[in-house]
Amino acid sequence: MSEPQRAESAPRAPLLSIEDLTVALPVDGDRPEAVSGISFAIAPGETLCLVGESGSGKSVVGQAVLGMLPHALPVTAGCIRFAGAEMPPQRDRAFGTIRSAQIAMIFQDAGASLNPVRTIGGQLAEILAVHGMSKTDRGPRVLEVLRDVALREPERIARSYPHQLSGGQAQRAVIAAALLLKPDLLIADEPTTALDVTTQAEILALITRLKVEHELAVLFVTHDFGVVAEIADRVAVMQEGVLVEAGTAEDVLQAPQHPYTRKLIAAVNPTPRTLGQHGDTPILDATDVNLIYRSGFLGNRKALHAVKDVSLEIAAGRTVAVVGESGSGKSSLARCLLRLEEIDSGSIRFKGQEISTLTGAPLRQLRQSIQVVLQDPFSALNPRQTILSAIAEGPIIHGMAPADARQKAAELIELVGLSAQSGGRYPQEFSGGQRQRICIARALALEPEVLIADEAVSALDVSIQAQILDLFADLQHRFGFAILFITHDLAVARAIADDILVMKSGEIVEHGSADRVFAAPAHPYTQALLAAAPGLDQFQQGSAA
Amino acid sequence: MTNSITPLRVAPAIPLSVKLALVFVACFVLVAIFGHLLTPHGFRETSLLHRLEPPGTEGYLLGTDARGRDLFARLVTGAQITLVVAIVGTVIGAVLGSLLGIIAAAQRGKTEAVIVAAIDVQASLPIIIVALFMLAMFDNSFTLFLLLVGLNGWEVYARLMRGATLQAKESGYVTAVRALGATPARIYLRHVLPNILNIALVQFTVNLPLTILLETALSFLGLGVQPPLTSLGQIMSEGRDRLMTAWWLTLLPGAIIFCLALSVSMIGDWLRDRLDPTLRSER
Repeated sequence: MSEPQRAESAPRAPLLSIEDLTVALPVDGDRPEAVSGISFAIAPGETLCLVGESGSGKSVVGQAVLGMLPHALPVTAGCIRFAGAEMPPQRDRAFGTIRSAQIAMIFQDAGASLNPVRTIGGQLAEILAVHGMSKTDRGPRVLEVLRDVALREPERIARSYPHQLSGGQAQRAVIAAALLLKPDLLIADEPTTALDVTTQAEILALITRLKVEHELAVLFVTHDFGVVAEIADRVAVMQEGVLVEAGTAEDVLQAPQHPYTRKLIAAVNPTPRTLGQHGDTPILDATDVNLIYRSGFLGNRKALHAVKDVSLEIAAGRTVAVVGESGSGKSSLARCLLRLEEIDSGSIRFKGQEISTLTGAPLRQLRQSIQVVLQDPFSALNPRQTILSAIAEGPIIHGMAPADARQKAAELIELVGLSAQSGGRYPQEFSGGQRQRICIARALALEPEVLIADEAVSALDVSIQAQILDLFADLQHRFGFAILFITHDLAVARAIADDILVMKSGEIVEHGSADRVFAAPAHPYTQALLAAAPGLDQFQQGSAA
Repeated sequence: MTNSITPLRVAPAIPLSVKLALVFVACFVLVAIFGHLLTPHGFRETSLLHRLEPPGTEGYLLGTDARGRDLFARLVTGAQITLVVAIVGTVIGAVLGSLLGIIAAAQRGKTEAVIVAAIDVQASLPIIIVALFMLAMFDNSFTLFLLLVGLNGWEVYARLMRGATLQAKESGYVTAVRALGATPARIYLRHVLPNILNIALVQFTVNLPLTILLETALSFLGLGVQPPLTSLGQIMSEGRDRLMTAWWLTLLPGAIIFCLALSVSMIGDWLRDRLDPTLRSER
């Protein structure tokens, strides 16, 4: 990936400037102000990345710039200046007039921004119609913007419905819609978070090109410093409603001043761990595993070959990461190894014993040894069960006396870093990171020998991710279980894995030690993934030097 | 802004209409149970001297019918029978339908196909015609009548519970508990059922007034509760011929049926808004 183009020219008059913006939270909020005294400016042809985690107030700033703050969040101080003039109050009709002509917005979920029952062309033409363009001019203009966002076959795309587009095409169509009225300011709110890394790289390159060609000022909201490294000219870091650091991308990335910034940057390029105590005997291994999902009735049968001839081996106490994009079959593989899916052929062995044919009581017995931590901590816990009871459930199922199991659960709650008193509370009362700790405690209550983590940190904020990864490593060190870590995120794999398996379309395309795979990827797909991973290459060059 | 879901700990104020409905249902149940203490007459006790007395006649609070039976006493008995038929009938449908729905979702495959087919058949049968046919063909017993009323609407529970169970089965917590090694009984009784029960509960309150109306309709047609027993529908049917002269014989039971069905519906609607997770405001 080439160095992004950065505005090197002399500073220009800012298009958007925010001065001392303060927005109050309702009285029962967890802090008095959503954002406090925020100031920054963006010039035409410049990208400012507003970085922060959930709850940092970055989305509130975005809403304020759009003039769409809800009544519950009043601006109490400061002002927003756009093209030299102070913007009207929030939700004012005059604000709407300026916004519709000069400010455009793209969101994280492109699919949700498009009307599913209308063609892309129809939706884009409607925007032009609302703004009074004559019917004969609309068609050519729509094709022009679709071409501008590098969509191949713009005529076909214009005739397509949103469900006929891939995630990347949909996001391009949304960007095209944003460009239709030739805005001066583009606000992008995590526009690539839902995309695969290779698609993300393309969209980031597209936004950078459009910024240069159209002299756009871009306010790019993100939580990911990898993305920042790819796209930002300047960076503003927010934490709990306060701007903690701001500066040019070079300065902030190479010499971060604030500890919070350093933590966020560290999450992109974590230091690999060496874990020591590794056995060589495989504890879990699989040979030529195939899984085919079948659906449909009679003449309408469909089959999806989710896992193709996969063989792997996990040694006791070792951490293996399975890396791949969405749809690569990595979660299906996890479900096979957990014996949650019946495999179509192949064999899976635990400590040399064939387990792929086990059913009933022997299978339930085996489950003690292979445990799972799932992706979404919000759905992984029964909302009607206290966390103590959830953690104690495993041991109780396997015959431990309830009193002993609860005692053990209480110890585990403390072990994963929660207070012992919280056992009687329900999952809803915990944050995402805390819930993931509870899920880990639940899995560990059975003292498993293999822990399968299926995207276990991808629903969490980056700094929370780092804490949970630390917890995994710490507990592994203490209990010596092997980890199979399923992830789409190369940085996460780098942080935790001894060995890497790369999956594509149900097959393992590359297999090797983490150091080798990251330093010298052999398969073209692995090379493409590494090249596309935002920021990773630059940071690696930096750390190698 | 935050992802947390506030648990429904603080009960929102109960709207006035629902309060009135609750008061009416409470009065109805109390009168059905203790009403006989308020009148000296039995519901089958005839008095040829007091035929067709209008409401307010001394000794007969709500008047008498063509055989001189105390209307109040008859309404109390009718209310009892209507209440029993409505509740037992609805429970039969709810339990049967929910069970079949959960089994269909749990077993998948052929079992599910059969149950889904049965749901479609039931949903396309006109229940009143079937009930008329069955009651005409077989001996008209109270048990058969209860069963028929109970079969009305089971397919709605089956459909709802099948969908909810399928959804719960795919949820993270069920996957996790399965991976812990829990038996199917444990998974369904301790994890799936508590999370989908409120859906059946809401449907119960939606179904109850329909059952009341079905019972009264069948009894009105003479195919439901048979004399000497009585129900609100049957009292109405007996008064049908004297609609112009003795209005109280049809109007009073009719009004009670109307208010009861309306009250239960309103309570059900309110419960659904409170409990149904799909209608709960977005997190």
